[in-house]
Amino acid sequence: MKTTTQSKWIILLFLAPSLLGFIVFSLIPIVSALYLSFTSWDVIGGAPEFIGLKNYASILFSAEFYRVILNTLKYISLYIPGIIVSSLFVAIMFDRDIKGIGLFRVLLFIPVLTSWVAGSIIWRSVLSGQYGLMNNLLAIVNIDGPSWLTDKSWAMIAIVMVSIWKDLGFFSLILFGGLRGIDRSIYEAARIDGASSLKVITRITLPLLTPTLFFVLITTLVNSFQLFPQIMVMTGGGPDGATQVMVERIYTYGFRYFQMGYASALAIILLIIIVTITLIQLVLQKKWVYYE
Amino acid sequence: MIKKIILLLSFVLLMAGCSSTPQVDVKEKETITFLNYSSNGGQEATLTAMVEAFNVAYPDIIVEVETLGYADYFTQLATRVAGGSAPDVFELNIENFRAYADKGAIAKLDTSSVDISQIYPKTLTAFQIAGEQYGLPTKFSNVVLIYNKDLFDQAGVEYPTADWTWEDELAAAEKIRALGDDIYGIFRPIQTWEFYKTVAQNGGSMMNADQTTFTLNSSENVEALSMMVARINDSNVTPNAEQMGGMGDWDLFKSGRLGMIVTGIWAFGDFSANCDFDWDIAVEPGIKVNATHFFSDALVVSSDSKVHDAATKFAAFISGSGEAALLRANANWDLPVALTDEVEAAYMAITPPANKQAVFDSLNHLVMPPSLEYFNMVADELQIYLGKAVSGELTAQEALDQAQASVSSKFSK
Repeated sequence: MKTTTQSKWIILLFLAPSLLGFIVFSLIPIVSALYLSFTSWDVIGGAPEFIGLKNYASILFSAEFYRVILNTLKYISLYIPGIIVSSLFVAIMFDRDIKGIGLFRVLLFIPVLTSWVAGSIIWRSVLSGQYGLMNNLLAIVNIDGPSWLTDKSWAMIAIVMVSIWKDLGFFSLILFGGLRGIDRSIYEAARIDGASSLKVITRITLPLLTPTLFFVLITTLVNSFQLFPQIMVMTGGGPDGATQVMVERIYTYGFRYFQMGYASALAIILLIIIVTITLIQLVLQKKWVYYE
Repeated sequence: MIKKIILLLSFVLLMAGCSSTPQVDVKEKETITFLNYSSNGGQEATLTAMVEAFNVAYPDIIVEVETLGYADYFTQLATRVAGGSAPDVFELNIENFRAYADKGAIAKLDTSSVDISQIYPKTLTAFQIAGEQYGLPTKFSNVVLIYNKDLFDQAGVEYPTADWTWEDELAAAEKIRALGDDIYGIFRPIQTWEFYKTVAQNGGSMMNADQTTFTLNSSENVEALSMMVARINDSNVTPNAEQMGGMGDWDLFKSGRLGMIVTGIWAFGDFSANCDFDWDIAVEPGIKVNATHFFSDALVVSSDSKVHDAATKFAAFISGSGEAALLRANANWDLPVALTDEVEAAYMAITPPANKQAVFDSLNHLVMPPSLEYFNMVADELQIYLGKAVSGELTAQEALDQAQASVSSKFSK
């Protein structure tokens, strides 16, 4: 079908509302951030001053940047295995016909629907060292719980725990969908051939689930770099910088120190990191993801 | 029908006539907008009373007051300044004053036409740049040693005096610590704000004299930090984080389990209301010399203000007039800068502490943080390394060496 010039205008007209929103709220800010990242601008002092790559240089030469990356890697190394194993386990449970599983599914999904800020505020009090619910429960079984959010070695672990609590419902549902998509006749064939249930999981379920796992991996990895509300509410980057992460730094530089240029450069670096990771995964997926 | 229209028209004219009188009046009056944070959370009524007192003296200036919580204040203010809608008069603390002045966001004040003669001089100079006045202070506060007299009596230790040093303080703290497993001698927090003061007590500083380079790892600083950390990890007269168990330092003092606390004079109200033991204050002991904190808030006038003169008059009234100062002193809202005899008497009359003279004596030993535009950033970065020294992850020397490297690479211009 040929589109005439006139119908092009009509298409544009219908696109206009969302296009306008995209331009005003996404495109202009992205382009401005790119420009600001080459400037020094502290908001109160008039127009931004062009300083070239200086922001990028000072980020890459700062101890802080590597601390932030290290913190993020620590989060990733705990969160991703944690979320994948636990949501896979839950998804396999969902897939069995256990009585009352429907109710369990609903309960597990409640944290997903909860706002991050509300959830974090509640967890902050649950994890409070002296008065928190968590340590009082642990005390019943004679465990002396740490001061989760103010102890440097526990703060990131606490953040990971809360993140898994929040995301478990979502990712187990996604994996459950993946499991349901596997053709039942393959299982039947395996059973007839006498395969053990462990073999069925490792040789059939997991390989056929790889497209879904790939989706989960890429989403959780990208989310890990965008970690923010739970940090902001629960620790504010502390104690002593142990939970400082990229987006928290962007916020702190932008709205606490009013260093918009520096904050924008951090945001662009974050963008580059996320795009790179996604590209690497897209290449690597050819090696391990099976599409039927 | 015509009758009705005439009636309606005359009614409209009448209404217009009624409202025209105040309209003319309003045009003669000037309106200034005023944004502040420090009246938030309890002193709003005092501020209203101050504005009313101002209107008695200047009936032709209308003041529109807007009060924001401290947490949102600086984000809001920066956004308004950037958007060209800055309030005519706004409040700045000494930490942020420098940045706003350096960026030309606030106006130089012509103080020849207003009365600032009653303002405590040291607070005026704190808001000057190259001898010019850019802000008029309203209130100030400092830090003193507050002690629990009952615990001193129990331990049989003499009360602190103005010529105590860290050695005397430690000796007393150890005796009080010995009173019980959960009784502690002294609390001095370990963070950047405490650090620059303590190193000054030991003859050190965060930067060289002309503030061009950082001197975080000087031998005086390392020695001072070692002493600070030793109080937690060696003598344990100061509780560590685990011993604090999430309790705040003020709460520990109020619970009667802490002999001494070095903290701001703004604790007086809370301690008066919530301590069921006798307490008093002394000038904070130093290591080699005395040094105590100085905090102050000032009113500034936006450089874009169209009503500069009226705005300056308002700032000067809140800052320097005896009326506003007396209202402030009676409301126990920090220490007013206009220290008239009346104000001083009103301030001294509120006890405890009995030794309020120590508040004024402390003013002879004021130290201020380096007047860096981005002191907050330096403070946060240094804090991380101080934390590592406290946890024992790094020695005082290592922590300050690393802090020096990190801060210098990031903030050298």
